[in-house]
Amino acid sequence: MNVTAPPATARGDATADSSRRQAGPDGAQGPEPEPSSATDRGAATADSPLLGLLGGFITELRRAGLPVSLTEHLDAAEAVRHVPLDDREAFKFALAATLVKHHAHWQAFETVFEVYFSLRGAEYEPSGDAWADDVDPSELLDPRPEGKGGGEPLSDEDLARLLFAALLRGDQAQLRAVAWRAVQRYAGMEPGRPVGGTYYLYRTLRNLGLEDLLERLLDTVRDEAGRSLTPLEERLERDEMESRIDQLRQEVEAEIRRRLVADRGTEAMARTLRKPLPEDVEFMHATREEMEALRKAIDPLTRKLAARLSRRRRHTRRGVLDFRRTIRQSLSYGGVPAEPHFRYKRPSKPEIMVIADISGSVAAFARFTLHLVYAISSHFSKVRSFVFIDGLDEVTNLFETSDDITEAIHRVNTSADVVWVDGHSDYGHALGVFWERYGASVGPKTTVMVLGDARNNYHASGSWVMRELNRKARRVFWLNPEPRSYWDTGDSIMGEYSTHCDGTFEVRTLRHLERFVEKTF
Amino acid sequence: MTHRFAGVGAVREGLDGVQYLADEGIAGVVYLADRLAKPVLVEGPAGTGKTQLAKSVAEMCGARLIRLQCYEGIDEAKALYEWNYKKQLLRIQAESQTWDEVSDDIFAEEFLLTRPLLEAIRATDPVVLLVDEVDRVEVETEALLLEILSDYQVSIPELGTVEATQIPLVFLTSNNTRELSEALKRRCLYLYIDYPDLQREREIVLTKVPDISQNLADEVTRIVRSVRQLELKKSPSVSETLDWARTLVLLGVEHVDAEVAAETVHTLLKYRSDIEKALKEFSAGDARSSGLSR
Repeated sequence: MNVTAPPATARGDATADSSRRQAGPDGAQGPEPEPSSATDRGAATADSPLLGLLGGFITELRRAGLPVSLTEHLDAAEAVRHVPLDDREAFKFALAATLVKHHAHWQAFETVFEVYFSLRGAEYEPSGDAWADDVDPSELLDPRPEGKGGGEPLSDEDLARLLFAALLRGDQAQLRAVAWRAVQRYAGMEPGRPVGGTYYLYRTLRNLGLEDLLERLLDTVRDEAGRSLTPLEERLERDEMESRIDQLRQEVEAEIRRRLVADRGTEAMARTLRKPLPEDVEFMHATREEMEALRKAIDPLTRKLAARLSRRRRHTRRGVLDFRRTIRQSLSYGGVPAEPHFRYKRPSKPEIMVIADISGSVAAFARFTLHLVYAISSHFSKVRSFVFIDGLDEVTNLFETSDDITEAIHRVNTSADVVWVDGHSDYGHALGVFWERYGASVGPKTTVMVLGDARNNYHASGSWVMRELNRKARRVFWLNPEPRSYWDTGDSIMGEYSTHCDGTFEVRTLRHLERFVEKTF
Repeated sequence: MTHRFAGVGAVREGLDGVQYLADEGIAGVVYLADRLAKPVLVEGPAGTGKTQLAKSVAEMCGARLIRLQCYEGIDEAKALYEWNYKKQLLRIQAESQTWDEVSDDIFAEEFLLTRPLLEAIRATDPVVLLVDEVDRVEVETEALLLEILSDYQVSIPELGTVEATQIPLVFLTSNNTRELSEALKRRCLYLYIDYPDLQREREIVLTKVPDISQNLADEVTRIVRSVRQLELKKSPSVSETLDWARTLVLLGVEHVDAEVAAETVHTLLKYRSDIEKALKEFSAGDARSSGLSR
């Protein structure tokens, strides 16, 4: 329960909130005609400003990419009638349960929720006290530093000391209070200032001096223990402190966001915070955090892929009509083909050959595809994987002998012999080598997948290899991490290759990848 | 209609009473499921108590748990109902009646074998229906569930529509091996149960392993949290945490150091590569370097 927040937040009871919320929706709901029909129905039963706000909230969720249907909107409107409005957590989970049906969307939901239903009291109004530094919220800071009376502001040192104590004891309430105070003092927020939230965050955190905080905290812990810690204990303490500092960071972020919302209005704020959903993040331009999230998401995806592939192979129910057997069988019914027979597909054991470009230009994509290759190879017996830059090497072994994906990828990157001349992509040469060394093992059961951007640095294309592969193999697919509109621009020679492929796919995001899996397998 | 629970708090206390420590989200969704009369779709990593939630709710309400374990290839006959054709056959042979009489007769309730879904609908006593691992059924079979989930009824061509006498609480669990259809998701409330945070996991350990000391529970959960931050094939689940805690209690361990951890970690982690990795992380001499290596 969030009852320990600054006093204004605790005051946010249902009535006070609803009057404030009423101000929000006019702007938020605005021109969107779609949700209003739903809210109208809701409003008929309970003429509440909350439903208006809910409409705006859902519109924003849709803009952020969440697929919220009309039924779900109605469910949400119904659900919030059953939870007490002053219980913010319950309110949040009621909305989440009815509106968010995919775990990966949770973060997007949370962001929008924080913007639309942030707890804020009167002092967050731009003209209010929160913008001046001389008010004293130190009554929140408990225990109060000695010698500081009600009216006197805290000094920087006091604040630092309080922060340190809060982190050391893991005191959440005090942490929140310190965050509140720190933002007030250090962020330098002014109404209408056109600066992004990250700037304020940076300013606040820099002034709090987080860099050496972790070490100082650990030193204190060591001192208190009165002996040197074992590596295990040391590690546990470190994890604990890191998580507390992380919590502080989140508190500060939330506080800044609350103030920005108060200053700029919900809709504008939601717009600036809007981020692509995990499945829409582009591999090539992913930030480090996004990459981390993607890496986590790829694992379920490959499990899905494997489940899907094996399922399909087991359950090919219907084939084409087996004319001969049907006629044969009809003899026992006096020539009436009462029981049709079908030619059932024999489950074919797919042989997959994956050829992946791991050059610098597609580095992010390559790391990602290697995960995919690894996953494919761990689920199918006949997978051979190759990597290339301007030379080409088989890495099937590296994947097979390693239990650990990160290690496998590391070994691919270090020990595969993929550089021939200068370490710039040369598809022509790499394909040539492939054909020469492994061409003989491509058969009518083989599916060949090439992963790369087809940017060939103006070398010879070697597209004849693709032509030959296409002739010999069952299917040839090309997955390209660039948008289709970039293909055949500059040194990309996608067009030359694509004429020899059964399918070319733009695979920039998880969503694209899923679509590829669905279409082809 | 009467409601089962007075409020979110009541749900939480009730679940506490049957030794299931629910957080705000879990209790809230269970409460809403009752109020809105909607099924709950529960997702999350393996071993976080998805199935246990349904069991505990049943226990809390004093209701009978009807469980449908899904698997690939499950069909109407296994999920909904089946005609007891052997009995029907006997009936036809038993007496020589006119065809009309018999044909009316053999599609009576007497010859109906109810399977879990129909059973839950027809029950007159309080029941909780658990559809376990719903992601294992094929997309086409998923449609079987839709009628029951949205309208709480089952249509049997020969008999007509069987409507629920009462609306049971329904839980569906999924391990997310495939994306469930939008139609199914739309009909459900969605609940994601993640690994619990440190505090809750400690409470869970304390509740479920009665003989454990506060101190040991604290150490266990903190180590587990650190282990979960590593990049492993399979992160330890709550049930594995409990197994580990029980092992330590049985061994009479008071304090977990690197050595004890090394000897017992196989109850926590199930892959050799994972075990090696964890041990390397925790016994590495220089804690600073191990902190950076993450």
